Amino acid sequence: MLRRTLLASAALGLGLSLASGAFAAGMDKVKACFVYVGPIGDGGWTYQHHQGALELQKAFGDKVEIAWQENVPEGADAERVLTQMALGGCNIIFTTSFGYMDATNAVAAKFPNVMFEHATGFKREHPNVSTYNARFYEGRAVQGYLAGKMTKSNKIGYIASFPIPEVIMGINSYYLNAKKANPNVELTVVWAFTWFDPAKEADAAKALIDSGVDVIASHTDSTAPLAEAAKSEGKVVGFGQASDMAEYKPSPRISSIIDNWGPYYVKRVGALLDGSYAQADAWEGISGGEVKIGEITEAVPADVKAEAEKIRDEIAAGTYHPFTGPINKQDGSPWLAEGQTAPDGDLLGMNFYVEGVTGDIPK
Amino acid sequence: MLRLEKRPIPSRFWLYATPVVAVILTMIFGGLLFAAMGVNPFAVIKTIFWDPLFGEFAFYLRGQLLVKAGPLILIAIGLSLGFRAGIWNIGAEGQYIMGAIFGAAVGLAFYPTENRLIFPLMVIAGAFGGWVWAMIPAILKTRFNTNEILVSLMLVYVAQTILAKASTGFLKNPEGMGFPGSRNFSSFPAAANPELIAGSGLHWGGVTAVLVALAAWVLLSRHIIGFQIRLTGQAPRAARFAGVAPKRLVVLCMGLSGALAGLAGLFEVTGPAGQISIDFNVGYGFTAIIVAFLGRLNPIGIVLAGILMALTYVGGEMASTNLGLPSAAIQVFQGMLLFFLLAVDVFTNYRVRFGRVEVA
Repeated sequence: MLRRTLLASAALGLGLSLASGAFAAGMDKVKACFVYVGPIGDGGWTYQHHQGALELQKAFGDKVEIAWQENVPEGADAERVLTQMALGGCNIIFTTSFGYMDATNAVAAKFPNVMFEHATGFKREHPNVSTYNARFYEGRAVQGYLAGKMTKSNKIGYIASFPIPEVIMGINSYYLNAKKANPNVELTVVWAFTWFDPAKEADAAKALIDSGVDVIASHTDSTAPLAEAAKSEGKVVGFGQASDMAEYKPSPRISSIIDNWGPYYVKRVGALLDGSYAQADAWEGISGGEVKIGEITEAVPADVKAEAEKIRDEIAAGTYHPFTGPINKQDGSPWLAEGQTAPDGDLLGMNFYVEGVTGDIPK
Repeated sequence: MLRLEKRPIPSRFWLYATPVVAVILTMIFGGLLFAAMGVNPFAVIKTIFWDPLFGEFAFYLRGQLLVKAGPLILIAIGLSLGFRAGIWNIGAEGQYIMGAIFGAAVGLAFYPTENRLIFPLMVIAGAFGGWVWAMIPAILKTRFNTNEILVSLMLVYVAQTILAKASTGFLKNPEGMGFPGSRNFSSFPAAANPELIAGSGLHWGGVTAVLVALAAWVLLSRHIIGFQIRLTGQAPRAARFAGVAPKRLVVLCMGLSGALAGLAGLFEVTGPAGQISIDFNVGYGFTAIIVAFLGRLNPIGIVLAGILMALTYVGGEMASTNLGLPSAAIQVFQGMLLFFLLAVDVFTNYRVRFGRVEVA
């Protein structure tokens, strides 16, 4: 235990401390650190987080110093990287992948005066751990509508990463809204079991295209699925995922979901600077600016584009919820009654497909 | 004109000088790389090699060196036995994964029972898991003469698939809200492998690594099996005349290296990693191959090499965060180390001659 106290006192000695217990003291200068699961050049998930970090730097200039570590494995190494950052003077640490959840909470326990922000997780075991996420399923609804309208074979595909609620709710939202646009649509889901592996993602896209799928959405981070679609000479289209992936415009990339973390990072670090910081569980969507729909290109007919933008605006205004009943689960049992919208708790723990999706969630 | 001439016997000087020269060359050329990237090379080298040992946060980082070096040493010792005899187990990564899965499965089966016997039982299961996974290439080699390099390597990918299955299926935490990953052993004391002295970084894996290194040293220098291993590597024909059964040696070496890799996996999953997850393995099984050669396949050398390798990881991370180096630059730096090691190793068996090639 001696060493543990030593750790904490070292942190104190470095002047990392705020007024004891309360966070509401305000600071003159903040060092904000970011832990990334992939390389900042992945063109998707990590790239967008880093864009957010750069935006944060720009917003506060001299008052904020940023530091980051790429390619941090989600296991024992994460705990060491986090401890090094906390020892190294970071005041707030953003851990940007689900797999950092336990490490974030473990290190937060040792450094009560450093703020930890964990993306996409649900554990907040200490007062200095907050979680944040974005309602990506709202973007999936717009994509689903476009997919339903754009498919000629009535077969649409989804490259999924891991069977976690985050991914499953994306698949369901995509399917439900595709079905609304085109009742004959069939969805094929391929599980890649990776967040970032261009070769595996390309294989998954190839398999989907070979089975007749002509619209592909992906929940993995690279541009590989779009690169595969580009080889089809316009027959197969897809979406930018996490970042705009504008280099594949106007086709195969017909639209995109853009993760826009900048506003959140600016808000949280700003709160730390002015002393209004408090533990939070943030889950914003299109309305809060965290989820953006990238430009719908001219490859999409004008009326379809207009309707997709209307769906986007209705979601932002709160007049349309992508999960609006009646919706049954895959096994036919009822989930949402007529007119009922999905409670957040159901979404955050979602472990079932909705009726009409074929195949099983890997167990 | 430069020319290589084979030495009648390997040079003892270069045998020991090679790792040192390789490290120095890596520092020089790595430094040039960092300088070309616009970062002060001296600051980087100091951050990587000096700061984790003697810097401001050394009290924490020294322990982390042990955490990182423990599994590398444990696996590399096992591999070195086979490598000495010309038996190439390249699939330690898979055996490491299987050890973790077997051990974790045994432990989780008892959850939440508290009993002192659970952890020892898990240790046995972990070693068994790695041993079983290594027995597949061993038996295929002795029965059907397949290539153990290919089979053991391919089995890594099979093990990774089983790991994904375990994290999302049969070992998934029932209270994890559907997220992949097993229960965390840190909240299951009977099955956990915590630091033996808080803050030291030393857990049962590190202790085992040191004991195994000593045992391997005794085995190689004092025991008949060690003699057989060395003889088979140096002169397979002579070994057969001396009564070595090559098939038994394959089974023994593969089994030992598999069991040790399995142990490393078990100590890692119950300790630093804490849980079975899809990304549980981070390449210790492959890095251990570098460590084995860097340590000249000598148990004591491997201990030193494991710590040096850990230094490049821990220090490399610090250099990356504090000096803004991309992590790819650190990986290139580590790759250079192996590259220069192999290059300089030429001098152990060859000498350089200047002058014309004589026409026979």
